[in-house]
Amino acid sequence: MDLQTLTYLVVGFTFALYIGIAFWARAGTTGEFYAAGRGVHPVANGMATAADWMSAASFISMAGLIAFNGYGASVFLMGWTGGYVLLALLLAPYLRKFGKFTVPEFIGDRYYSRTARIVAVICLILASVTYVIGQMKGIGVAFSRFLETDYDTGLFIGMGIVFIYAVMGGMKGITYTQIAQYCVLIFAYTVPAVFVSLNITGNPIPQLGIGSAMADGSGTFMLDKLDQVVTDLGFKEYTTQVMGSKLNMFVYTLSLMIGTAGLPHVIIRFFTVPKVKDARSSAGWALVFIAILYTTAPAVGSMARLNLMNTIQVGEVGSVEGNIEIANVPQWMLNWEKTGLLQWEDKNGDGRIQYYNDKNAEFVAKAEAWGWKGNEMTKVDRDIMVLANPEIAKLPNWVIALVVAGGLAAALSTAAGLLLAIASSISHDLLKGVFMPDISEKNELMAGRIAMAGAIGLAGYFGLHPPDFAAGTVAIAFGLAASSIFPVLMMGIFYKKMNRAGAIWGMISGIGVTMLYVFQHKGIMFVPGTSFLGDMGPNWFLGISPNAFGAVGALVNFTVAAMVSKVTAPPPDHIQHLVEDIRVPKGAGAASDH
Amino acid sequence: MNKTAEQYWKANIRLVSILLVIWFACSFLFGIILVEPLNTIKIGGVGLGFWFAQNGSIYTFLVLIYVYTKRMNALDVEFDVHED
Repeated sequence: MDLQTLTYLVVGFTFALYIGIAFWARAGTTGEFYAAGRGVHPVANGMATAADWMSAASFISMAGLIAFNGYGASVFLMGWTGGYVLLALLLAPYLRKFGKFTVPEFIGDRYYSRTARIVAVICLILASVTYVIGQMKGIGVAFSRFLETDYDTGLFIGMGIVFIYAVMGGMKGITYTQIAQYCVLIFAYTVPAVFVSLNITGNPIPQLGIGSAMADGSGTFMLDKLDQVVTDLGFKEYTTQVMGSKLNMFVYTLSLMIGTAGLPHVIIRFFTVPKVKDARSSAGWALVFIAILYTTAPAVGSMARLNLMNTIQVGEVGSVEGNIEIANVPQWMLNWEKTGLLQWEDKNGDGRIQYYNDKNAEFVAKAEAWGWKGNEMTKVDRDIMVLANPEIAKLPNWVIALVVAGGLAAALSTAAGLLLAIASSISHDLLKGVFMPDISEKNELMAGRIAMAGAIGLAGYFGLHPPDFAAGTVAIAFGLAASSIFPVLMMGIFYKKMNRAGAIWGMISGIGVTMLYVFQHKGIMFVPGTSFLGDMGPNWFLGISPNAFGAVGALVNFTVAAMVSKVTAPPPDHIQHLVEDIRVPKGAGAASDH
Repeated sequence: MNKTAEQYWKANIRLVSILLVIWFACSFLFGIILVEPLNTIKIGGVGLGFWFAQNGSIYTFLVLIYVYTKRMNALDVEFDVHED
């Protein structure tokens, strides 16, 4: 069976499964729509949270980032996992005890203020919408490439599928669909990793393979070999290259961690479990399922890089036969050349490809002596590494088809979770909470579904006309969540005296500083040409990249909130009692029966 | 807040503080600040600092949440604030 037919079959089968589950678990009440009726077991909830959390960025992009940034990409590995420690220890059990449906609802009640609730809704929608646009784009690219249609058609098919199961199923449907999606995506990620690790090091466990010696009998360790291969071609040493500076890495990691703990679609997961105890262990289970992929990723990245380098540099560096002949490039390179994501150009006309770092002046001098006239791999898109990995390692076609299904599962599950967070904040927080308190449950459910459909349409529109979002989306989504939501939630639980004015000004100043910094370097709403300071290293504050600025925004939020609360009236007594009440687990069952 | 609830909260804060110190150490301290000196120690073919940054910190996070869940559930029972 050829690859295309096999891909159709595997992807088609998984989609039938997701839609079947959504139909079986469709929501009938607002409780089921927003919080799955609080009947989800912690292990199941952890698995669904993991699928929700691991988007196309984790599945497709992260290993590519690791492959080309080496040690520097550790910020993503630590940042996107360490946030769960903050969630479990500082937020999840208390928010579950509080027993409401949404994050703005907690903020509105805790800070006894509709204004605080509305500010929180705005922050939440800004963060979620920017994030979901990135996902829609990922869905469009993935569908179009593997169903061999153009990008727009791919995007429409993807929107239709998200619409069917997210709108119909609500949280209950999404939770059970995400469990299936987790199984598909983790299987798809680890199977090729095991094969590749076995090929290169002889050790089938990727987590151990990365520290093992090469299987070629040389006795050299895999990472030492990789360091040598990349430095021989003028690239930075894999295991020591930093991203920006160490300060930037520190702040970047912190931003991603705080952002993780502040992203609403992750937080609402902990409203769906039966007990406070379960909220604690749910975060742990989520991290277990996430860690399976995240501890595999360093092996996938490093080995993919080694395979790529060895494919092009087949022999000794500098000798004529050392470089692959263009007539002999493997099939996978030709396949990816068609997509435009992998390109080469024979600059010196020798019929062979030279792949080296032509930004390294010292190495360029050597390269010129060999007759090399510049790096001939003119484009190597980082995002193709995971998808191309099984082909590079010559694995069977069914593995490649599986990876495609896994990538789609990752993108779809995250988009669905984000859409639910957006829908609930509009229908529950804005309509029922502020503008139409008398709305019936049936109408609220309908409004939630309409809001979700609207959000899909909006995200689809931006997906069709992407305003140069790729890197900016992730930056602003995490930055916004880190600088607005997390600090007020944490202070609301741990600092009894935090009051209304402190919370509101904290959120506004935190999100304001972050947006200003991102926009001044990346352009207002990412429109190129409107950035007034330029997206260049020398202009960055202390060398901190805009993507990493959320931690600074969070610090501003904490500071402003603490200062404002000192000079304004303390919260009323009943609020202080409310805080005392959410600090103890007893009585959580009663709080949720409404 | 009555006496036991106050003590319960203090015990909670103490536990969370200790765990967060370890959280900081395994990621920011070992994985970023002290990465060069730690890389001189090798486990297999991986420098210790590099290992903490890419694998070790994640394993530590898992242990931290596990310990937190165990200890808090025990505290709930000890102070009689657990759910029915």
